[in-house]
Amino acid sequence: MKTLIEVENLSVAFEGNAVFKNLNFKINEGDYLCIAGENGSGKTTLMKCILGLDVKYSGAIKYGGITKNSIGWLPQRSETKRDFPASVFEIVLSGFAGKKETGLFYSSKQKKQALNYMETMEISGLKNRCFSSLSGGQQQRVLLCRALCAADRVLLLDEPVTGLDSSAVNELYTAIQRLNKSGITVIMITHDICSGLKYANKVLHISEGGYFFGEKSEYILTEYYKKAQGGI
Amino acid sequence: MENLLSVFSYSFFWRALIVGVLVSLCAALLGVNLVLKRYSMLGDGLSHVAFGAAAVALAVGAAPLKVAVPVVVIAAFLLLRISENGKIKGDAAIAVVSSSALAIGVIVATMTTGMNTDINNYMFGSILAVSKEDVVFTVIIAVAVILMYLLFYNRLFAATFDENFAAATGVKVKLYNCLLAVLTAVTVVIGMRMMGALLISSIITFPALSSMRVCRKYRSVTVVSVIISVFSFLTGLFLSVCYDMPAGASVVVVNLIIFLVLSFSGRIRK
Ligand SMILES: Nc1ncnc2c1ncn2[C@@H]1O[C@H](COP(=O)(O)OP(=O)(O)OP(=O)(O)O)[C@@H](O)[C@H]1O
Ligand SMILES: [Mg+2]
Repeated sequence: MKTLIEVENLSVAFEGNAVFKNLNFKINEGDYLCIAGENGSGKTTLMKCILGLDVKYSGAIKYGGITKNSIGWLPQRSETKRDFPASVFEIVLSGFAGKKETGLFYSSKQKKQALNYMETMEISGLKNRCFSSLSGGQQQRVLLCRALCAADRVLLLDEPVTGLDSSAVNELYTAIQRLNKSGITVIMITHDICSGLKYANKVLHISEGGYFFGEKSEYILTEYYKKAQGGI
Repeated sequence: MENLLSVFSYSFFWRALIVGVLVSLCAALLGVNLVLKRYSMLGDGLSHVAFGAAAVALAVGAAPLKVAVPVVVIAAFLLLRISENGKIKGDAAIAVVSSSALAIGVIVATMTTGMNTDINNYMFGSILAVSKEDVVFTVIIAVAVILMYLLFYNRLFAATFDENFAAATGVKVKLYNCLLAVLTAVTVVIGMRMMGALLISSIITFPALSSMRVCRKYRSVTVVSVIISVFSFLTGLFLSVCYDMPAGASVVVVNLIIFLVLSFSGRIRK
């Protein structure tokens, strides 16, 4: 199987405080990786390192044949801009902005694909609404559709289910599973370990003292899993 | 009215008209992105740097435009780096740089040439001051700005709406930021002659603010900004020719009125 992302001795520290140290793992094509860990354990930071955003790290991240414009990302809910004038459709389509074939206009194929995703996430009716006038959960669905548009090979999701109602959560997991079956690699940060484990084949659990990386079947035997279970 | 008809036969008027329309158009396009990125102070800071550079150039007998363009472009890069860095507060840095440049400009001007009409024109603008060279230069810049918008419209939107997402998914955000800063710098310098260094930044921010009062889509904000900006310029120029009002100040006041009217009507609609 082809290795898409290989992380070697990855360490990150902010102002001298280590977030995590010496992470080593490999993500293969077609994997569905679930990343778990307490608040502040460095899950989002790790994702930003993989995405090549401005985080200073030591160690190495190697990419096997994927470029930035084949990656989709759903950021952790937080700094969405309040008063930005943009319609839902404009934002969903902006998932295609990094693609080579995107020119002055988005192609009709891209538009169709975007509408498809919006259909799945049940937001087609909001197409022309202003993004900032939507509810938190609706905004989350819009940003998820944008991530899906961008994800040709890899999809990274940072706590995708926060703020979604239970039917949206199910739709989301089903949609992601379908994408994964079609060959797209999924990396998902989640606090909802039960559902995460249902679909994932691998788990990365980061905690203060160390980390676990391996198959799902190995993970459920570890202390990490027991602790996370007890925590719920 | 007679003024208005006779003025058509003067070439300075046509030069002012061409440069004014193109500068208004560029300023409106750039302004949408600058305002939405919360970089609107950049235009203000750069205009003061442009004034400082022009005053120093006048004092040493160099061509003001040729000195101001490189100085302001460099300033734009620096201010952008500072804003991106995030450690130093971007707006504070711009405030410091802009007032320092203005202060140096005023001191140099008073010590050498004195605060003559040339200096006054750079501060508050004059439609008589537009040269043939300015026209050529403006057309080139306007073509560059419009091309950038046409070719990279979708990428500019992505980079403006969510810089991190855009960068993560393969949009060259840093490149577009630089392009935006350089084009803003050049637009400020060529607009300064006519609009005035102290007034030019408002034609960058006003149209975007006004259109955001009534539009809820990025595309319509962009289009409406351009319309408002060009309309304000033409109205301001008309006032200036007919009633001998200063052109730059008139354009700003027209922009202000449009902003107030749209804010008011926007409130009623809600
Ligand atoms: N830009 C930054 N500057 C300084 N410290 C930071 C920065 N970003 C993150 N940190 C710190 O790094 C640690 C890990 O943060 P991170 O956001 O990666 O956690 P997380 O695992 O995603 O948590 P959560 O479950 O709450 O999302 C935190 O202690 C945080 O304070
Ligand atoms: Mg996080």
